[in-house]
Amino acid sequence: MAEDELSVTFAALADPTRRAILARLAGGEATVNELAEPFEISLQAVSRHLKVLERAGLISRGRDAQWRPCRLETAPLEGASDWIERYKAVQRDRFDRLDQEIQRIKRTRKEH
Amino acid sequence: MAHTEVIVEPGRQDIVLRRVFDAPRDVVFKAFVDPSLTPQWWGPRQYETIVDHADVRQGGSWRFLNRDADGEYAFHGVFHDITAPERVVQTFEFEGMPGHVALETAVFEERPDGTTLYIGTSVFQSVEDRDGMAASGMEDGLQDSHARFDELLAKLR
Repeated sequence: MAEDELSVTFAALADPTRRAILARLAGGEATVNELAEPFEISLQAVSRHLKVLERAGLISRGRDAQWRPCRLETAPLEGASDWIERYKAVQRDRFDRLDQEIQRIKRTRKEH
Repeated sequence: MAHTEVIVEPGRQDIVLRRVFDAPRDVVFKAFVDPSLTPQWWGPRQYETIVDHADVRQGGSWRFLNRDADGEYAFHGVFHDITAPERVVQTFEFEGMPGHVALETAVFEERPDGTTLYIGTSVFQSVEDRDGMAASGMEDGLQDSHARFDELLAKLR
């Protein structure tokens, strides 16, 4: 996944309302009205959030002009998750090496 | 091998690391701040880590370099608080992105079984800065796993 696609994914995820919408869609398709229900914001505001999610490829919309149900698309999420996992691997490796140093100091102390 | 928990939540400006070390707190603290040990663990594995300087006291500054065949990457900051063996608060800046500074807090907690819990929190100036830092880790992670794969191949030969 290209880095600019990742930036778009992360920018789309950087909002609690959009994350809540994605969490709802993980349970199945929903219309804009259904998605708007739990939020105290206007339908227009929900539509704007959906546009951001759609541009990021995180959701797709049905063709039915009136209902256009939203569906979760997981591919960009997997890209973002891979990316974070690699970062985590570097951190874990660093702290494994720090641990080796700590164990070495501990052994040296015991010998004295 | 003990587990390092790395928490990178979408839309936040922080990264949190937690790790239990099987050693008393003073030993863990010493290993963490001792500049003579920094090259052993500070950077990603495929880089050589060089300590330019590290004045480990309140108000002191540090500067480390990561070097590989392609070049050098420098990082520096200032120690805001060194309270042995409990806490280190410092700034962190990649010289390739001047002005983007993170505040790092390391806390060491003694546990009843004689082990030590390390909690590291890095707070960035924006979500974008945080994600950018993790992005630089992506390439490192890739190279790192390649290096490990090479090690494995060498053993199989």
